[in-house]
Amino acid sequence: MTGASITTRAAPVRRHKPGSISRDRRWALRWSYFFLALFAIFFLIPPLYMLITSLKTSAEISAASNPWWAYHPTLGNFIELLSSPQYLTFFRNSALVSLIVVAVTMLISVPAAFALSRMRFWGSVALATGVFLTYLIPETLLFIPLFKMFALFNEWTDIQLIDRWWVLLPLYPTLTVPFCTWIMIGYFASIPRELDEAALMDGANYRQILLRVFIPVALPGLIAATIFAFTVSWAQFLYPLAFTTSADQLVLPVGIITSLIKGDVFNWGQIMAGVLLGAAPPLLIYAFLMDYYIAGLTAGATKG
Amino acid sequence: MVDAALAARSVIGRARLLSRWRKAMQRRSTIAFLMTLPLIVLVAVLVLYPAFYSIHLATLNKSMERFVGFGNFLFLFKRETFWMVVRQSCIFAITAVVFKALIGFIVAHLVHNVPSKGQRKWRGMLLVPWVIPPAMSCLAWLWLFDPSYSAFNWLLAKLGIGPIAWIGDAYWARFCVILVNVWIGAPFFMIMYLAALKSVPEQLYEAAAIDGANWWQRMWYVTLPMMRNIMAITALFSLIVTFANFDIVRILTAGGPIDRTHVFATWAFWIGIQGNDIPLGASVSLFMVPILTVAAIFILRDVHRRASEMS
Repeated sequence: MTGASITTRAAPVRRHKPGSISRDRRWALRWSYFFLALFAIFFLIPPLYMLITSLKTSAEISAASNPWWAYHPTLGNFIELLSSPQYLTFFRNSALVSLIVVAVTMLISVPAAFALSRMRFWGSVALATGVFLTYLIPETLLFIPLFKMFALFNEWTDIQLIDRWWVLLPLYPTLTVPFCTWIMIGYFASIPRELDEAALMDGANYRQILLRVFIPVALPGLIAATIFAFTVSWAQFLYPLAFTTSADQLVLPVGIITSLIKGDVFNWGQIMAGVLLGAAPPLLIYAFLMDYYIAGLTAGATKG
Repeated sequence: MVDAALAARSVIGRARLLSRWRKAMQRRSTIAFLMTLPLIVLVAVLVLYPAFYSIHLATLNKSMERFVGFGNFLFLFKRETFWMVVRQSCIFAITAVVFKALIGFIVAHLVHNVPSKGQRKWRGMLLVPWVIPPAMSCLAWLWLFDPSYSAFNWLLAKLGIGPIAWIGDAYWARFCVILVNVWIGAPFFMIMYLAALKSVPEQLYEAAAIDGANWWQRMWYVTLPMMRNIMAITALFSLIVTFANFDIVRILTAGGPIDRTHVFATWAFWIGIQGNDIPLGASVSLFMVPILTVAAIFILRDVHRRASEMS
């Protein structure tokens, strides 16, 4: 009934002169490009503005000439940053923390995901759901009790953790491990069971099945999880801000904000250069491994 | 004699125990448990314990020596700033998620319309805001909103519009915070919606076209029902992340002017870490729990349903 009424209503439209559909489509395509370009401008203005400002001297910035163009581009800001020991310390701290956290995350989440997806044991289903739930607990809920816990730990054992860069090593995995385990469970679950049965028949033990079969087959998932863990640890801002204060213990995001901004004197050219260099590692990874990056992004909500 | 017998028996007992232990270690469930043990320890010690510890902390007084029960919460209820933070957090999260979803939806359709060999390039460009660490891009926005050198104000001045105090004025500051959040989050929605759009079978559109459905009808009866699940779950995820957001407000306005942009996370940081009142800060952050729980329940229901559909 409704179908019939739709056809009768649509019928006059379809009697237009031939070729109109393809012309409509061409116009739709043009409008699509137009609006896409608008959105692309909106999305790319801040990074472009970072680049423009980072190429300017302080004198040019304060001259209040056209802010959208660098008339005398210079690499001075970058050179100054890359020769300043302080900025290099931030970079080193960030790199160390991120790489160690990635390694720890993979060592914890890959075996756990393997066990949870293939070796059913008492409570394994509940545990998998629990892992997913912990991923939903934001760090903004945990930083205050964690801060107090680490302070108490210092009182009891005399081991100073707060205000050392390595305090971030136990903290970041709470953000990365649940999600990486969750993605890996999804990838492992999609591997056909015949594969591990065949390996079992050939006399392989669980370690061999994991290392020789599962990890090679689920390599795309593994790369996606690694990228996720790295970008999260590289970008994390709240934990380092709360837990580290000394200039030589800071990681990049906090370091740029607390050390390059001195009182009210904002050296914006240098800040933008620092920000651009700090954003470079995730951007490079994204540029070269875009498909894995996107796979990891969409896996979180669609797998399961 | 007796000693020797005892010793022999204990050796046998030890050996038996050892072999039983070995057997247990070779059992599948034991291996599996050991493989998940680091995960369990990590989650128990650094996620679950602090979560409950924060409830305990919230019942102490400022010097953490005396139990005050609900004292901290009652104190918060009496403060006007607290209610302002509640209101701002809700406005902030809901507005930002709605606009992220809207822009993500539109951009996903635009990208989907373009011939498929160009799609990769557009998608790559449009995801850049999500890839840059938020702390870094917020600094760029802060510089764009600078009171005296704002590049936006320079453009507006060319159009003859007076300078806007982006960060200085309470309403503009709220607008800026939401704008930056939308800017960071919309690409994520775009990617999710694009994946959902690609999963709609082409035959459905063909069938709809044969039935003479127009653009709106195709959208309403084919696209939206097919995307409903992903749209809902993406929005819920984003609601959690946005509601608990810290970086953007902290860097752009630090809660100012006069607390007009504080959200739960930044206010809790302000009170708990900077103001050194850990119990009160913990109480503030606990107010995020109800909304997070509701969102989590909905997400979990969807995850369960999909898991049961799969098996």
